[in-house]
Amino acid sequence: MADVALRSVVKRFDDVEAVRAIDLDIPNNEFVVLVGPSGCGKSTTLRMIAGLEEVTSGDIYIDGEVVNDLPPKDRDIAMVFQNYALYPHMTAFENMSFGLRLRKFSKAEIRQRVENAARILDITDLLDRRPKALSGGQRQRVAMGRAIVRNPKVFLFDEPLSNLDAKLRVQMRTEIKRVHQKVKTTTVYVTHDQVEAMTLADRVVVMNNGRIEQVGSPQELYHHPKTRFVAGFIGSPAMNFMPCRLEHNGVGMRVRVSEAIALPVPASHAPRYRTAVGRELVLGLRPEHLTEPRRGEPEEGCAFPVTLDVVEPLGMETMVFFTVNGTEYCARVDPAAARGPGESMRLAANIDHMHLIDPATDAVL
Amino acid sequence: MTASAIAADAPRRRARSSLSRNRRWALIASYVFLVLFAIFFLTPPYYMIVTSLKSDAEVAHMATNPWIIADGITLDQFRLLFTQTDFLIYFKNTAIVTVCVVAITMVVSVLAAFSLGRMKFWGSGILAAGIFLTYLVPDTLLFIPLFQIVRSLGLLNSYWGMVLVYPTLTVPFCTWIMIGYFQSIPKELDEAALIDGAGHMQMLLKIFIPVALPGIIAATIFAFTVSWAAFVYPMAFLYSSDQQVLTVGTVTSLIRADVYKWGMLMAGALTAAAPPLVIYAFLMDYYIAGLTAGATKG
Repeated sequence: MADVALRSVVKRFDDVEAVRAIDLDIPNNEFVVLVGPSGCGKSTTLRMIAGLEEVTSGDIYIDGEVVNDLPPKDRDIAMVFQNYALYPHMTAFENMSFGLRLRKFSKAEIRQRVENAARILDITDLLDRRPKALSGGQRQRVAMGRAIVRNPKVFLFDEPLSNLDAKLRVQMRTEIKRVHQKVKTTTVYVTHDQVEAMTLADRVVVMNNGRIEQVGSPQELYHHPKTRFVAGFIGSPAMNFMPCRLEHNGVGMRVRVSEAIALPVPASHAPRYRTAVGRELVLGLRPEHLTEPRRGEPEEGCAFPVTLDVVEPLGMETMVFFTVNGTEYCARVDPAAARGPGESMRLAANIDHMHLIDPATDAVL
Repeated sequence: MTASAIAADAPRRRARSSLSRNRRWALIASYVFLVLFAIFFLTPPYYMIVTSLKSDAEVAHMATNPWIIADGITLDQFRLLFTQTDFLIYFKNTAIVTVCVVAITMVVSVLAAFSLGRMKFWGSGILAAGIFLTYLVPDTLLFIPLFQIVRSLGLLNSYWGMVLVYPTLTVPFCTWIMIGYFQSIPKELDEAALIDGAGHMQMLLKIFIPVALPGIIAATIFAFTVSWAAFVYPMAFLYSSDQQVLTVGTVTSLIRADVYKWGMLMAGALTAAAPPLVIYAFLMDYYIAGLTAGATKG
């Protein structure tokens, strides 16, 4: 149990800068997820914390101590790999106890710790099997068991669910969350899947191009993204980005998306946007905030007609796609209200959830 | 079943039966060729066995059929070979040389392959290629310069000289096989071991050697075969009977000018072939697995 801190950490591979001066503080027992597209530097950051990659410059602290020059074994960390990395010639028990045996724990202690971890992970009756005789999910449990038995200061997960099929991934996600609630330990988890990030994390670190875009709780990232990248990365389907112009509208303001569509800016947002009036901006609106007009909700100019291109029923809701000025957007509507492709339909924007993005800086205003 | 259903079923059944007919022909052809190959490769050993069980008189008699034993089976050839010649000394020398060479080869090539295959350092790629190149130089080219080296070390006419020179044949190839093997082991495995607290030596002994066991066995068999069957080096460097090894010893002591002691030669060749045969029989499965893995990964 320990806190982890990164100070201006840089990693350069030859002339490629994979990680660009990132700062991050992870308090004791927190579950932090590093998320971003491939090549964003999230795995490299994790591997630097593990000691598998050298730090080009900057410092990494575990429990207040600089660990830059410590080999992995002396950092008191445990890691779970994407492809499990189980030793194929050892049974699950031997795999889990390998680290303890190297550290010369007593036989009784080893047995007790392994059995305890096996109970937590529900793999007690698989302990004498080799990895070959285990399914993907079971292998990943053994790999987690290998990390748990060491009782390390920090758990590191490197895309541990990527090799599993969709159903098992959801199941193991819950499992990981459950294990973290039982075995309170500082955890750094890397994934490219934003759903995994949102469901697991106490705090999510969104990375892009070797930099941290934003750090925050899942709710914070969803409701208050700071950059266009975060706004587009978090949430599925992704946020709609509509080129627009911010205009005065009597006492208030409105965003003009097209000749026909102009949405009023809520009074609560107006002070923030005052300086941007008259500029070309990008309106960010999530599909779930673009629905059929609902009874009892005042439309107040927020509704507009569209012609549907594609309709995707999902059961609980229906995704409809439409085009404005040559760009395709997505809305999330009630199945009962949805029309067929080619037909026209009225949509209402829940404008309280709007974001305005400055296209020059990609910052959310 | 209605008539139309039967009619619809008919072409499917025909397709299936033609498939099984194809398969039957493939099987028949395989068996024919396998039997031909077996006959081709088993003929020499059969000839050796038959000849080694005949008396000298029968071997020398031109009128008898060489493929059968007409005058009764005798173990005289083996008895004479073991008592009247230095065959057992050759056998002992060969065994000592081979055991030492295999041990030296495996220690050197496993360590070399581990460092060249798993630890990237400056020049490791060139070194790995260089090691393979040395394997391409034939021993018929090397024995003259090696003669100077062996003589200057005072090991001329000593089987310990063979312990020194055989690894020049075995180490490069075995290292090459092992590099391929070690490289095929996922990188996460050493990272997991590093995090678990293993040093490089523990990683090698507890993870890499057990995981690469088929490759190690293939390399061991190769080293064993090469040093058991080496001919050029002992021919060049050994000349007294008490230091001689099987390959050269059998030939030099049983062929006197144009007098060939065929019975004993065959008995000697059979006895000499026995140890590799036993080892192959036990390790064959591993050997094949090893060769194929080396083929795709090396």
